[in-house]
Amino acid sequence: PAARCGSAPTPAPGGGGAVELVAAKVPVLADHPLVQGPRFRKLKIGAGDRLDVKASGVFVLGIGHGNKLLTDLYNCHLTKVYTVGGLFGKATDDFSDTGNLVEKTTFDHITREKLERILAVIQGTNQKALLMYSNIDMKTQEAYELAVRGLIRPMGKSPPIITAVRCLQFALPEFQLEIHCLHETQQYLRKTVHEIGLELKSSAVCTQVRRVRDGVFTVDDALPRTQWNLQSIQEAIQNCQLKVETELERTL
Amino acid sequence: DWDDIPPSSALEVISEEEAVQIIAEPLLPVQSSTLRDYVDHSETLAKLVHLGVDLSQVEKRQKAGQLLLTLDFEKDVKKILLFLKDVGVEDNQLGPFLTKNPYILGEDLEALETRVAYLKSKKFGKSEIAQMVSRAPYLLLFSVERLDNRLGFFKNELGLSVKKTKDLVIRLPRLLTGKLEPVKENLQVCQIELGFQRNEIQKIVYKTPKILTASKKRLKQTFDYLHNIMGIPHHMLTRFPQVFNSKLLRIRERHMFLAFLGRAQYDPAQPSYISLDQLVSLPDEVFCTEIAKASMQDFENFLKTL
Repeated sequence: PAARCGSAPTPAPGGGGAVELVAAKVPVLADHPLVQGPRFRKLKIGAGDRLDVKASGVFVLGIGHGNKLLTDLYNCHLTKVYTVGGLFGKATDDFSDTGNLVEKTTFDHITREKLERILAVIQGTNQKALLMYSNIDMKTQEAYELAVRGLIRPMGKSPPIITAVRCLQFALPEFQLEIHCLHETQQYLRKTVHEIGLELKSSAVCTQVRRVRDGVFTVDDALPRTQWNLQSIQEAIQNCQLKVETELERTL
Repeated sequence: DWDDIPPSSALEVISEEEAVQIIAEPLLPVQSSTLRDYVDHSETLAKLVHLGVDLSQVEKRQKAGQLLLTLDFEKDVKKILLFLKDVGVEDNQLGPFLTKNPYILGEDLEALETRVAYLKSKKFGKSEIAQMVSRAPYLLLFSVERLDNRLGFFKNELGLSVKKTKDLVIRLPRLLTGKLEPVKENLQVCQIELGFQRNEIQKIVYKTPKILTASKKRLKQTFDYLHNIMGIPHHMLTRFPQVFNSKLLRIRERHMFLAFLGRAQYDPAQPSYISLDQLVSLPDEVFCTEIAKASMQDFENFLKTL
């Protein structure tokens, strides 16, 4: 706090008449909160992986020094899990249900088995891409051990790869999938839904994209809008700190 | 003259006692963008800070800081403060009032008194004038003709009686100080795009005058959701216009929760009817326990699935 170094004249002890100056700190109005304004004006917040305007779900934010951890987490290349809802019978230009309609098709011939067969094909092709991009020589013992533990991951830049797909709900014309993926964008997921529709000789649009997991952060850790206050944020940071540290140690 | 004693130069040696008695303070900066540098040296600013005026906000306004520095507390500011107290502004309200409207300290006292006399002649009571002035600090800066024009404008546009217009203005004095074009456009939007009749608009505006100052985009979005997706007819909206003031997100979340539980019934003729004002105005816990008959945890879990 600013203070003026003033000098208060005090009579010198013992000697009459002489005036001595004593350095004293005089409190000053320039430091009054009404004059200075609010103390904290800015907060550095960084965002983890991007989330579309139409998508929803877990969104990781880093505050202040936490932004450095964000870059480390990005280099860990952890998988994200999405719940994708789709609708058979329509096709639009941007693959979601709010775009311009391009065509309408029938979908009565689609059954759950056909859908699961297509999902298995997708998973197979993506598995091959995964092995190719993780740059590990397939013939070594080390590669076998990593594959057994499920730790084969592309540790650099790669196109979107889907590691696992599962059908959660199937009620014509709606269906819901759970997709585990790496390095993807939400638009890629919507395009995948469209392609599934094409493979089944029909068409599909994506109604909902919801991120359920982002690396170590799940929906249970996430704070809904009713809990966007200082107390809950502090608790959430403390809860996740341990998880983030263990994950970083494991990978790097 | 050559024989006079030359003035003492600054480099002469002086005794210790004389040196001690020289007081040299740093100079005031000639130009500065904050009032912090001048607060200690100006009695006006110091007294204003003690009253509660937030100088960090005032210095951001154009020319307000300059005005405050040039005023003298005893001569000008004191008279205006006493006048404000006379009108009825509370002591603890003077600080925030001056923070929002520091220009009033530069006004002429007689002009202010004429304006208050004009309001009294329009039959506004003393406590009502006090309320209007504290809630809209810029009110007393407007000249008498401008106030007259604005009151006349509202009376003509809304078509309400004199008493009701006065009541409206007392409850939302910002109408008199704000711009008039957006108000006109909002009324047009209500009539043409939202499809309300003139008497319905009058009732809505009388109940919630804030609609006149709300943004058109928000009004249209809220109305679109309420009418097309929730299926609420015009006459219900006329009865509960508070829904237009609340956030669209809140309405959407609560409606989706009720629809999920199967309790979204907004027609008073059917059983288990939920009134619109309870939908928006209750706090979250009360809403969950009484209207939705579910716990707060269920509501949060549902929010996470949206």
